[in-house]
Amino acid sequence: METHSQQGARMSVAEQGHGWEDNAPAVGHILQPGLDISHKVILYLDDISVSFDGFKALNKLSLAIDAGELRCIIGPNGAGKTTMMDVITGKTRPDSGTCFFGQTLDLTRMTEPQIAHAGIGRKFQKPTVFENHTVFDNLELAMKADKRALVSLFARLDDVGRDRIADTLRLIRLDREADRKAGLLSHGQKQWLEIGMLLMQEPQLLLLDEPVAGMTDDETERTGELFKSLAGRHSLVVVEHDMAFIEQLGGKVTVLHEGSVLAEGGLAAVQADPRVIEVYLGR
Amino acid sequence: MRTPVTLRFLGMLTRTGWIALALFAAITLVLLPVLHVYVPHDNPLHVSNYVITLGGKIMCYAVVAVAMDLIWGYAGILSLGHGVFFALGGYAFGMYLMRQIGTDGSYHSTLPDFMVFLDWKTLPWYWTGSDSFLWAMFLVLAVPALLAALFGFFAFRSRIRGVYFSIITQALTYAAMLFFFRNETGFGGNNGFTDFRRILGYDITSPEMRSTLFALSSLMLMLTLLLGRWLMTSKFGRVLTAIRDAESRVMFMGYNPLHYKLFIWTLSAMLCAVAGALYVPQVGIINPSEMSTANSIEIAIWAAVGGRGTLIGPVIGAALVNLSKSYFTVAFPDYWLFFLGALFVMVTLWLPEGVVGLWKRIRNRGRA
Repeated sequence: METHSQQGARMSVAEQGHGWEDNAPAVGHILQPGLDISHKVILYLDDISVSFDGFKALNKLSLAIDAGELRCIIGPNGAGKTTMMDVITGKTRPDSGTCFFGQTLDLTRMTEPQIAHAGIGRKFQKPTVFENHTVFDNLELAMKADKRALVSLFARLDDVGRDRIADTLRLIRLDREADRKAGLLSHGQKQWLEIGMLLMQEPQLLLLDEPVAGMTDDETERTGELFKSLAGRHSLVVVEHDMAFIEQLGGKVTVLHEGSVLAEGGLAAVQADPRVIEVYLGR
Repeated sequence: MRTPVTLRFLGMLTRTGWIALALFAAITLVLLPVLHVYVPHDNPLHVSNYVITLGGKIMCYAVVAVAMDLIWGYAGILSLGHGVFFALGGYAFGMYLMRQIGTDGSYHSTLPDFMVFLDWKTLPWYWTGSDSFLWAMFLVLAVPALLAALFGFFAFRSRIRGVYFSIITQALTYAAMLFFFRNETGFGGNNGFTDFRRILGYDITSPEMRSTLFALSSLMLMLTLLLGRWLMTSKFGRVLTAIRDAESRVMFMGYNPLHYKLFIWTLSAMLCAVAGALYVPQVGIINPSEMSTANSIEIAIWAAVGGRGTLIGPVIGAALVNLSKSYFTVAFPDYWLFFLGALFVMVTLWLPEGVVGLWKRIRNRGRA
């Protein structure tokens, strides 16, 4: 009897994960309550290729991110950094190759909302906050919750949620701007708001595309502190051009070039690599 | 801090909003019907047939305009085929009205006149149950909802947006019009349905019935406005406007826009259908021209003139445009379409937020 009800409970968890989607792949993955990171790798890309009209945006890219790691990705324009993020978040389907989140979730077969629910949050290169919504509403929309349409008709914000939003507002230093429309914020503030939105989603993996572009030096440094404090509990992949910022973060650096990995290692080692110098400075 | 449902309900409108609504209810539910039914014709206070019918018609249009606002103003989906849902609601209820004629038609047959004219001996299968009022009510809601849900599902799933979506909705209503033009379709061809006599056995032209339909239209309009307000102050509404402004960002937060769009789209179609069902007995006719592309475009113009994304704006827009249409088509019948076109161009160029936006601007200037 007891096992029966336990089974029922497990079923309902699985159904919850599947209730809101419908572009589901023919062979659906049952979302596990927790992500399987038993092999320490949280994100694993292998042999990924993407081409647009013959142009190879990604060319047999292979990359592995450990759980809790803070990884920086650099590379000249057109190296495939944004396309790589598109593949991870389900926006672009690779022509070939595999992309796993933890040991079990095949990202190439999941839709964008499914991937977001599984625990991958993305910050875009250009800050995209909802300009007509208040700062508070932006965070509320991002907050981890049941995001099905019919549920949101009757959703009310409870005290726990209100507190979480208040905490995040303080963390991103926008508590005074809570009721302002997000469109009225400065560029740097929008970047912070978007990072705050990302945190509200409680993702396990954060993809951050040029998070400090347009920030003042002071803001950049504070962002670096924030990211370093997040690493460990979360895994972070940061795409940046700002070398001082990458140095501050201090993690492993991966250099992309023409759609595949050119070099990988500490910042100093990578900067000394003759192939990297050639790509960045030309012959 | 859970807000009780009643408090949340009361908080939907401002104090002024509730007062305005109560005033509107008093006038349209009590004052005008009473003046129409109980005040004799020669009394200057008598409200004429013309006023009641025109008022009822405009309130039906206003419901459609609000339904348009829900999807265009809030979800950013411009439908240029909303007339098809309005007309389907009208046709569904029109079937019942045709059966209520009984044997009083020109041919004194139990079949509707147009079927006798086509030499049909029995009702087609899809007319089964059309003599039941409740079945008619069900069809009014179910048929447009089904069409909207199917159409919306495939369109939104394929991520068809913007002008492409608008064009497909135009094609939808145009195809429906051609389909209803055919006599074989079984809905009276290009003449449609007319010569209605009764609803539930009561004379359709009596002052009491006219007042009832007028009051029901007003009730429907108020309910539509409250429903719209409730939706847009909920989290659902905030997600919907977020989808309008940055759809892919919403997806990366874990929302599935398909369901949000499909819900509001189907709801909007059903509101149009109810408006159509109320409209047909008041104007006394429904024919395929209601599905013409121009009609659907006009709906979008009402919403734009009044002010998108404001709920009350489209009501004002529908009233303004249709009142001027009543005037123009009598005074300068040849120029109405030019006027309508000029109005649309002017609103697009100078009043992107419509009449409501203009009012806000004037008020803010007064304060500054």
